[in-house]
Amino acid sequence: MPHTSSLPQEARGAQHEEREPQEARSATPLLHLPTSTSGPSATPKAEVSSMRRLKGLKCRVCSETYELCPKHVCEFCFGPLEVDYDYDVIASVISREKIQRGPNSIWRYQDLLPVEGTPRVNLEAGFTPLVRADRLAKRLGIKELYIKNDTANPTWSFKDRVVSVALSRAVEFGFDTAACASTGNLANSVAAHAAHAGLKCFVFIPADLEVGKVMNSLIYAPHVVAVRGNYDEVNRLCSEIADRTKWAFVNVNVRPYYSEGSKTLAYEVAEQLGWRAPDHVVVPIASGSLLTKVHKGFGELKKLKLIEDTHVRISGAQAEGCSPVVQAYDQGLDFVTPVKPSTIAKSLAIGNPADGPFVLDIIRETKGAAALVTDDEIVEGMKLLAETEGIFTETAGGVTIGVLKKLAEAGKIKPDETTVAYITGIGLKTQEALAGRVGEPYQIDPNLNSFESALKDVLAAAS
Amino acid sequence: MSVLVRIPTPLQKLVGDKAEVQAEGKTLREVVNSLAGQNEEIKTRLLDDQGELRRFVNVYVNEEDVRFLEKLDTPLKDGDEVSIVPAIAGG
Repeated sequence: MPHTSSLPQEARGAQHEEREPQEARSATPLLHLPTSTSGPSATPKAEVSSMRRLKGLKCRVCSETYELCPKHVCEFCFGPLEVDYDYDVIASVISREKIQRGPNSIWRYQDLLPVEGTPRVNLEAGFTPLVRADRLAKRLGIKELYIKNDTANPTWSFKDRVVSVALSRAVEFGFDTAACASTGNLANSVAAHAAHAGLKCFVFIPADLEVGKVMNSLIYAPHVVAVRGNYDEVNRLCSEIADRTKWAFVNVNVRPYYSEGSKTLAYEVAEQLGWRAPDHVVVPIASGSLLTKVHKGFGELKKLKLIEDTHVRISGAQAEGCSPVVQAYDQGLDFVTPVKPSTIAKSLAIGNPADGPFVLDIIRETKGAAALVTDDEIVEGMKLLAETEGIFTETAGGVTIGVLKKLAEAGKIKPDETTVAYITGIGLKTQEALAGRVGEPYQIDPNLNSFESALKDVLAAAS
Repeated sequence: MSVLVRIPTPLQKLVGDKAEVQAEGKTLREVVNSLAGQNEEIKTRLLDDQGELRRFVNVYVNEEDVRFLEKLDTPLKDGDEVSIVPAIAGG
């Protein structure tokens, strides 16, 4: 992956110097919340000439419209706001050829992303490998399986896609501070992108996260706030903090822009398959945002005639210890009852998934499926993907592979369907889950006899 | 019972641009009615046609989601803190 800088070194250096000293950084909850930090003006700068593509924001539930601004909730029904595009304008400028001439990153699809000018917060996320997974397919009894390997991102998860979009837009709005509520991967990505762009940064995480996830934030020197609570509590707190600060909380006040970044996971798969949609995709569900945006992405390509008619079936994966969407699906409900999460798949441990109702609609409408796996099956899924395809995913990917296996075994993925499993993060960050589950190295002395003796044991064990 | 209610940005203009207000009530439902006494509109924003909390509205009493308590019938005592938070996503 090219991790090239998009800002001049001098500019980055100067911006870094403006950051607060190391001593000010705290791993304990904030006692003092600045309410008047320099932030954007109340009304964002109008950039009318380039805005024709982007009409504004629109409520997904009641269709109330708003101007493009850092706002995420409909004032009338509290439904989520989404970016509203003028697809006629986009159709007049977009083409397969133009996309293919673009950068090897999510920004090759900028015509479909809610950023006006040159993306200003860019670590070259996206355009990750789509790996043909024949060995895994054979094990599962299906013919054509691909892994969308989104571990191959700048901070090793798909969150780099959403963060690059959210913070590029946030800088256009005039924000100077990036923030988020995170189960880990998002915090890593926000911290890295903020460092790259010289933004101040606060990331809020549950205090019990994996060491790897915490370290992968701290290295970029943001303010890491570990909240003694679960993700849903962190999320609620951040919503309250966002009301009092002028910070760009990527998944709160700039969420309409942030979530659009996930659409690129559909665009890339279609392009990498030679401009066609797969027949079936398996997507992990945390808040449900990723699944809804993958669905939207395929739909947009069809609307813009970049792919032929598509009938992609969308299936969702959750861990048993946090499966509110799968439970609602199994019970035939169209709403989601929150749960208190308890699973090793911490990046999916959102007990109150805001996009849950939309996910249920999409799975049913596309004739997909939903299934859950136990913690033990998650580890088996991680090992299966690594052993058959050489890809080391985190626990969330173990959920995806575990559910892929279940759906294949149950005949819910048909053997002749072109199937894609989305692997959204890397295993190096969640190594705790594998303790005692992946064997030990053979210990030998540095001589041939010792090796021969060990080899005998190896061969005996394998036979 | 007097409780502190934290009002999210989208609703603040209905309560005189305040982020926090005091309200009266022995249950959450009574508090919502008490808020509606200041501005009827606030009720239609929070409750659906059946009089239940809208699905994108999260309400917390002393940091606990009321869906884990007794929803609108959650009992309140003097000094409790009620937080109204729009559903948000992402992680």
